[in-house]
Amino acid sequence: MSAPGYRIQGREGEWEIAVGLEVHAQVISEAKLFSSAPTAFGAEPNSQVSLVDAAMPGMLPVINRHCVAQAVRTGLALEAEINLTSVFDRKNYFYPDLPPGYQISQYSRPIVGRGRVVLDLEDGAQRTVGITRLHLEMDAGKSIHDRRADATCVDLNRAGVALMEIVSEPDIRSPEEAGLYLRKLRSILRYIGTCDGNMEQGSLRADVNVSVRRPGGALGTRCEVKNLNSVRFVMKAIEVEAARQVELLEDGGAVELETRLFDPDRGVTRSMRSKEEAHDYRYFPDPDLLPLTLDPAWVDAERARLPELPDVRKARFMADHGLSAYDAGVLVAARGIADLFDEVADERDAKRVANFIMGPLFGALNRAGIDNEDCPVPADALAALIDRMADGTVSNQGASTVIQTVVSTGRDVDAIIEEKGLRQVSDAGAIEALVEQVIADNPDKVADYRDGKTKLAGWFVGQVMKASGGKANPRAVNEALRARLDG
Amino acid sequence: MSIDRDTVLRIARLSRIAMEEDALAPMADELNGILAWVEQLDEVDTEGVEPMTGAIAAALPQREDSAEDGASTDDLLANAPDADDGFFVVPRVVE
Repeated sequence: MSAPGYRIQGREGEWEIAVGLEVHAQVISEAKLFSSAPTAFGAEPNSQVSLVDAAMPGMLPVINRHCVAQAVRTGLALEAEINLTSVFDRKNYFYPDLPPGYQISQYSRPIVGRGRVVLDLEDGAQRTVGITRLHLEMDAGKSIHDRRADATCVDLNRAGVALMEIVSEPDIRSPEEAGLYLRKLRSILRYIGTCDGNMEQGSLRADVNVSVRRPGGALGTRCEVKNLNSVRFVMKAIEVEAARQVELLEDGGAVELETRLFDPDRGVTRSMRSKEEAHDYRYFPDPDLLPLTLDPAWVDAERARLPELPDVRKARFMADHGLSAYDAGVLVAARGIADLFDEVADERDAKRVANFIMGPLFGALNRAGIDNEDCPVPADALAALIDRMADGTVSNQGASTVIQTVVSTGRDVDAIIEEKGLRQVSDAGAIEALVEQVIADNPDKVADYRDGKTKLAGWFVGQVMKASGGKANPRAVNEALRARLDG
Repeated sequence: MSIDRDTVLRIARLSRIAMEEDALAPMADELNGILAWVEQLDEVDTEGVEPMTGAIAAALPQREDSAEDGASTDDLLANAPDADDGFFVVPRVVE
């Protein structure tokens, strides 16, 4: 369903929604944004913390050049303005996992300005979501409340890790579009290697701003639902928060500007009202950091270094290989898959390759619990398997079995075909012998067929396939049967 | 710009500074005095001048992306009033 049609059916007519996302994307880097402590995930508590991250007295931040470059690359990939001068500000609040008492962020002068993300809707149409800004900031540490009943435990490993906050315009009009936006953004970040996009590990987190209005009316008051860590939760939170607002408004109430939390178990959002006073952040320019200035020639060089991005690649797949917009969109979403297709489809039947990737290969990855992005199948293995299908060595069914084994063991395609006995019998003599046997065993069916019940052809093919233990090449069987029955 | 008693109270709360009731009004006076003094700067015509956030005309120093720092967990926790199994331990912050 195309998104502009998304409507909430209230008691008194229809409502539409306006949604903007704030996405926190962890920058891929070795060291933190303002210190040289490492960033690896899952280390022992407080083992990756420098004295800067712990805000020991006298420690000063020095910015990581690579993190700046990562933010600029991301901005360029979002077709955004790069601000040649940007400023770091202090966002002040108290929490035990924020040792300095402030987060270094960017407020009035972010490093990246207006950009855009193009969504590919299911019906083939496109929609553009505006990017308001992208800024660099440091992450806080982690507070653990369930480890001890009497106290809160704090791990500062994450404190100081570089984040990009990517803010969209309220251009999103349905939960589905929000899901598409997040997936597209993640795909772009992964293409350019600036964020691994892993939502389970918290490398990508989203806050959603939701408001409702009468179709075409002015934007309503929004609520922010914070800290959503999966695409599914983002979509669900928007749905339930919009429904809550419609009910509230139709009951004569008013939506209050506030921060809410999504409870996935109960499928509701609830207010974080108690924290409201803490939301006066008293931003001011960090006196420890000079303004960040970029050399325009360096920005142009980074622009030239960007890889082929998903939208461009999709257009190329459509033009060069005759793929549909939908198929091309599916193939480019994960860069690893698009690379695989690029290598294998060249000089092969591209449609066959595309169908095999989107069918059996995605199925095998899904069954093995492997993200498409992390597909372990090498291009030469997929190429070999496609060639074996094309020359009739394995059936489509057999190839599906082979690819599952390749995914789970990484073994050689031909070895798997032999070991599992998946080689098809295409030998004319062997197939004719099977055909003779089936015809000899079923004289009545043969008579029926010759009397005009030609639908029995399928039944005969099935019998021969069965007699071959499923190994006969169905096309060869079909030809041999037709020749014998019709001849 | 003028600061009243309630503003002082709010700023103190945001800064986690405990203030006695009878200290609020004198503090408001002091802060207003400081602000009035700084407001003399308004006499200067700054039309078309970029806001200045620092006095140093230099580029921001940058570091290479190399993970080579990180205090030992023991050193890091040495001054902490309470620690447990590598974690800082603080008074419980959620109900």
